[in-house]
Amino acid sequence: MDSHPENSIRLDEYLTSTLESVDRAEAEVSRIAAEGGFAEEEVFQIGMAVREGMVNAVVHGNRYSEKKKVRLTVISEPARFVIRIEDEGEGFDLQSIPDPTAEENLLRQSGRGLLLIRSFVDEVRTVAGHTHGTALELIKHRNKAG
Amino acid sequence: MSVKLTTRQVGDVTVIDAEGRITLGEGSSSFREIIREKVAKGEKKLLLNLAEVSYIDSSGIGELVSAYTTVTNHGGSLKLLNLTKRVKDLLQITKLYTVFEVFDDEAAAVRSFA
Repeated sequence: MDSHPENSIRLDEYLTSTLESVDRAEAEVSRIAAEGGFAEEEVFQIGMAVREGMVNAVVHGNRYSEKKKVRLTVISEPARFVIRIEDEGEGFDLQSIPDPTAEENLLRQSGRGLLLIRSFVDEVRTVAGHTHGTALELIKHRNKAG
Repeated sequence: MSVKLTTRQVGDVTVIDAEGRITLGEGSSSFREIIREKVAKGEKKLLLNLAEVSYIDSSGIGELVSAYTTVTNHGGSLKLLNLTKRVKDLLQITKLYTVFEVFDDEAAAVRSFA
């Protein structure tokens, strides 16, 4: 889609639907973000957003299935850092997720992952997966202040 | 690395010192177990010290909420002590800062249960 010559795919791998993959994805993407010049706090935010996106893919998308993989892609662009997390689940609508900060939802045990993702990256969207399933795309802008 | 939990008594208050990460999996389940154990023993004044907790994800936050409701439903109270900036930020993002009683001073926290 985007063929800017300076764009670079820094990671493109298929991960098993396990919690180990969640830890691994967080660590790998955090390392790439740090090497890519993001400040420590931004690296933390990116890592946490990846963790939450991966948990969503492994737990809710692929439901820990041994037969299903999560594709993790990281693209480093001059102005943006793009992470794509693609599962083989049935897909979901970002708008359909209840607001966990609403009074009636405050004491729910789950449902805060997307809120944290939205807090820690600049753009969140779902795109159609390469095969099927859903890809969650997380975008962090670089040097917003300058 | 997951979470390490140790408990101590300060008067009739049970202080749970947590260290590490409270995340989906081992970290959150061990936390859940210790809360259930304390509630089963009838301990109603629980103070969770998060000074050494470097990281909590949404599952860990869910466990905090679950612990809060479990303890409250059994007539007790769960309060939080010594939040790191990151954990404090997370509670503010999720608006749970309004739900939990949060302290920076252990003695004051213990006194608040009286």
